[in-house]
Amino acid sequence: MTQVFAPPASEAVTNHRDPPGDGSDPATRRAVPRYVGASPVGAVSLESRDACAWFGERLVLEGVTLAMPAGEVTALIGPSGCGKSTFLRLLNRMHELVPGSAMDGQVLLDGQDIYGPGVRAQEVRTRIGMVFQKPNPFPAMSVRDNVLAGLKLAGIKCHDKDALVEQSLQRASLWREVRDRLDKPGGELSGGQQQRLCIARSLAVSPNVLLMDEPCSALDPTSTRRIEESIDELRQEITIVIVTHNMQQAQRVSDSCAFFLADENEPGYVVEHGPTTKMFDSPEDPRTFDYVNGRFG
Amino acid sequence: MTDRGPFAPAAGSPSASVRSGPSGSSRTRPPSNARARRRPTSFEAIDGWLAAASAVSAIALCWLVFSLFTDGIGWLGFWLVAYFAFVTIYFIVTYERLGSLAAVDRLVTVAVWSAMIVVLIPLLWIVLYVIDKGVPGLSWGFFIHTQKGVTPEMSGRAGGAWHAIVGTVEQVGVALLISLPLGTMTAVFLSESRSRLRRVVRIFVDAMSGMPSIVSGLFIYATLIIPLAKDSKFFGFDGFMASLALSVTMMPTICRTVEVVLRLVPHGLREAGLALGSSRARVVWSVVLPTASAGVATAAVLGIAREAGETAPLLFTAFGYNYLNANPFSTPQESLPLFIWRFVREPLASSIERGFAGALVLLLLILVLFAVARFVGRDRTKSRPRPLILRLIRPEPSGSRLLAARTVGAPSEVGDLDDREAPS
Repeated sequence: MTQVFAPPASEAVTNHRDPPGDGSDPATRRAVPRYVGASPVGAVSLESRDACAWFGERLVLEGVTLAMPAGEVTALIGPSGCGKSTFLRLLNRMHELVPGSAMDGQVLLDGQDIYGPGVRAQEVRTRIGMVFQKPNPFPAMSVRDNVLAGLKLAGIKCHDKDALVEQSLQRASLWREVRDRLDKPGGELSGGQQQRLCIARSLAVSPNVLLMDEPCSALDPTSTRRIEESIDELRQEITIVIVTHNMQQAQRVSDSCAFFLADENEPGYVVEHGPTTKMFDSPEDPRTFDYVNGRFG
Repeated sequence: MTDRGPFAPAAGSPSASVRSGPSGSSRTRPPSNARARRRPTSFEAIDGWLAAASAVSAIALCWLVFSLFTDGIGWLGFWLVAYFAFVTIYFIVTYERLGSLAAVDRLVTVAVWSAMIVVLIPLLWIVLYVIDKGVPGLSWGFFIHTQKGVTPEMSGRAGGAWHAIVGTVEQVGVALLISLPLGTMTAVFLSESRSRLRRVVRIFVDAMSGMPSIVSGLFIYATLIIPLAKDSKFFGFDGFMASLALSVTMMPTICRTVEVVLRLVPHGLREAGLALGSSRARVVWSVVLPTASAGVATAAVLGIAREAGETAPLLFTAFGYNYLNANPFSTPQESLPLFIWRFVREPLASSIERGFAGALVLLLLILVLFAVARFVGRDRTKSRPRPLILRLIRPEPSGSRLLAARTVGAPSEVGDLDDREAPS
């Protein structure tokens, strides 16, 4: 099957310091790479129902029911060790790669259970991309090959690879910085650029959902701002779930929020979830109020 | 060391002007030679002179004590005492000049250098000894002739070892072709799979690598050559049997080295590959192995280095032959270790000379194979050579490179820096 990739509608100029007419030329942004063998393109809703997770005998996450609407940014907040990352890894079946791990419940991608019989974990991961806390570009590959790595690794074909590389890097707001060194090793970029390269790499396989596990925690404020701008641009085209420890970041980027909490040696659970403004301005639960106001955690 | 320029210390306060420019192009920087560069722990010329002076005084002291006042304690004792006297004197001198911290630092430096020299002595001794003994027997003819028509009365320069060189290259090459894929696959199994059989396989690999090499030759001799040689020339004494015997010892060497290298590949890279929708086999093939390619090449080099010098497995497999036999699949074949072994044992001076020439050629051959393996396994995507370990631990360019970029002031590098560091 062949899909036509919908280019991003917004043409936000992300960096006012750049000279005009540079980079975000509409003609290049309208480049239309076509995929063969990829999943349908576009934002898709994600929903967990009564999700639980174990590491060995230890229950670390219990009964999480959370809807992540299509085309919205959902932030997962909460203190360390309350199961946010584990929950995120449940959403694209990365959790099961940990030896001795187990799960229960359902995760519905567009209404279909990704843990259902006959669903391949690899296909799930192609449709639900992931960006990790620590930038991890492939050091043996060039910048270009890093972006195209997903196609190669997942066996997806694309007719116009150059256009895809450019578009993916554009969407991760990295194109201007690396367009002259696409053949340099990915490991030679700075930390912030590496993280945006990882985002471009995830976007290149046109996932429906992008999971981000504290993508900015290892980065400086400038790089963080760039990544937040990327998230802002990607809104609407892709469903984003982001784990963050930074309250301001959650407030800036997310449409809705879920607050996780775990008592000592007890599994984590969702205390409260809802629209971000409500969560921050008038939370129902006093613990949420304390947390978002920096009283604990 | 470096002269401070006329305006570096006070005039113009260059650090302020560096940040005042609006963009990289208009920034002014002081010329690189205007700043005095210093490294807090650097070893300067005076340290070298002090070390030399300490050494001289230590030797003089020992000479005074042992040659003038006593009857001496033998050369080994003399040098040992002189060494410790040197360390003590150097420590005291540095302590007087720079204090205890620097003195301890120099003490450890001396200890590390001494250890290196002690390790280097036998290596250099062996190499120089072989060169010394081998060069007289070496001529261009040695590389192009065989032992055809050479009689014991002829000089050591008569004939050559071409047939042995061909044999060694073929035998080790075929052995590498067999054991590199097998060893790498075993290493992948050990490091990437979660099978319970890993323990068993690892025990087998360890046992194999500890096996005396003559046993591997015997193994091939007993299981293939004795029962099958009468029916087929292929299973008789020939180069391929030697390759099989060499593979038995080469495979565990390669496997263990590759496994260590694969474990160095960060786990995050595997996760990144899997998160892109890849199968685990695909991640190993497209992510893990390319990342470790330099290490795999090192494993191949180690395998070659060990096997090219093996004599025992060849004794009853390749068997040895004085003429050229370029076909490794039939009839006995010569190889350099066998060549050396046979000639050095003989009582004739000319034969011994020939044997040492063979040893020298073997050393050269291993050197060449080293170079080839490193060239083949080099990282093609890398623009500047950096050690694999560094690349794995710290993917970002190191601070020293940034420093170099800053002092040299190359335009492109400066642009890099601005991207990385500009706070606004």
